[in-house]
Amino acid sequence: MTAVLEASSLGKRYGRRWALSDCTLSIPEGKVVGLVGPNGAGKTTLLHLGVGLLAPTSGSIEVLGGRPADGPAQLGRVGFVAQDAPTYAGLTVDKHLRLGAYLNPSWDDQVAHHRIEELGLDPSQRAGSLSGGQRAQLALTMAIAKRPELLLLDEPVASLDPLARREFLQTLMEVVAEQGVSVVLSSHLVADLERTCDYLVVLVASRVQLSGEIGGLLASHHRLSGPRRDPGSLPATQDVIEESHTERQTTLLVRTDDAILDPTWTVKPVTLEDLVLAYMGRARDTQPTRRSGLKVLR
Amino acid sequence: MIEFQLDSTSGVATYLQLVQQVHQALQLGLLEPGDQLPTAQQVVGKLAINPNTVLKAYRDLEREGLARARPGQGTFIVGTLPRTDPAAQARFLASMAKWLVSARSAGLGPDDIEAIYRTAFRNCFAEGVA
Repeated sequence: MTAVLEASSLGKRYGRRWALSDCTLSIPEGKVVGLVGPNGAGKTTLLHLGVGLLAPTSGSIEVLGGRPADGPAQLGRVGFVAQDAPTYAGLTVDKHLRLGAYLNPSWDDQVAHHRIEELGLDPSQRAGSLSGGQRAQLALTMAIAKRPELLLLDEPVASLDPLARREFLQTLMEVVAEQGVSVVLSSHLVADLERTCDYLVVLVASRVQLSGEIGGLLASHHRLSGPRRDPGSLPATQDVIEESHTERQTTLLVRTDDAILDPTWTVKPVTLEDLVLAYMGRARDTQPTRRSGLKVLR
Repeated sequence: MIEFQLDSTSGVATYLQLVQQVHQALQLGLLEPGDQLPTAQQVVGKLAINPNTVLKAYRDLEREGLARARPGQGTFIVGTLPRTDPAAQARFLASMAKWLVSARSAGLGPDDIEAIYRTAFRNCFAEGVA
């Protein structure tokens, strides 16, 4: 399968601070990818590198087999909606579409107008007076109407109310169904990702902690609980992602492709949220510098 | 045409919820051979779920011989499921209620009863589970 986004030892430094370092990642085509991780993990930097708004300090990134922003053709293949879905407050909806048509050789005016009509937006209204949800929809329409092969969306629904969020994701999923576009979507809202994404990437401190088809990931992880025991005594094929112990009981989240045969365990399936939290927690615990404040909680 | 609903708290995979709803609609007679299922676009436009989830559900239904995709037209119901007999349902509901009353009068609480039910249910349907 070809990759829509491939990063190898990718890094970006601002002055002395590395916003992203040594990031290696491969995202297959035709997926709706949920990119999750704590604030400061490098998600936004990664997306900006992917669209070509930033140039790498080190390593390399390829998007749809080309270098990001390497000429008009490459630019036309990638649609991008930045955080908080920025629009031009002083321009009307209609002028946004004319601007889009003027700037994008591959612009599909029919798609653009059809979307605006379906959303019930008034073409003569200024973007500055639209609601947050409408603005996000306008920004998405702009990104869709250029007919990209890949859409990069940076926390597109974070600031929207639940109804606007649902409507935004409905539009997005319709576009995926109609145009077969690949999507990478960063978000903290796991419930939204659960509905819309079929591929997950967990990024913590520039490192990919977990990446794969969500169905497969959920099937290969299990929550085990039983009498207290040392996780070191588990079969070698069971990788312990998260563990907690009381005096008598042990609860583990393990990854394994094999069946769990030990009858002393109660085995339960995991949710996407369990997975995200477990991998984010594990990454945090292996970073001694950030741990100090968290010990108190335990 | 049937309209799918999602229960995000059920813990049941989304595609499976769609499959089960088609099964139920067939059992209740809400769907019959020849009926069209909503297109992936229609479903995702309403539920905001990944289109592949819908396609996966429809593939499952095809495998079961209940639905068939006609290229360029959509997915149609081609099979049937035995209707649930309302009289049988009522009979089992009554015997279950009787059982519950006797369990309560034997001093079992709601948690005990639920644990018994779950164990019996699991044992009964254990075949087919890996």
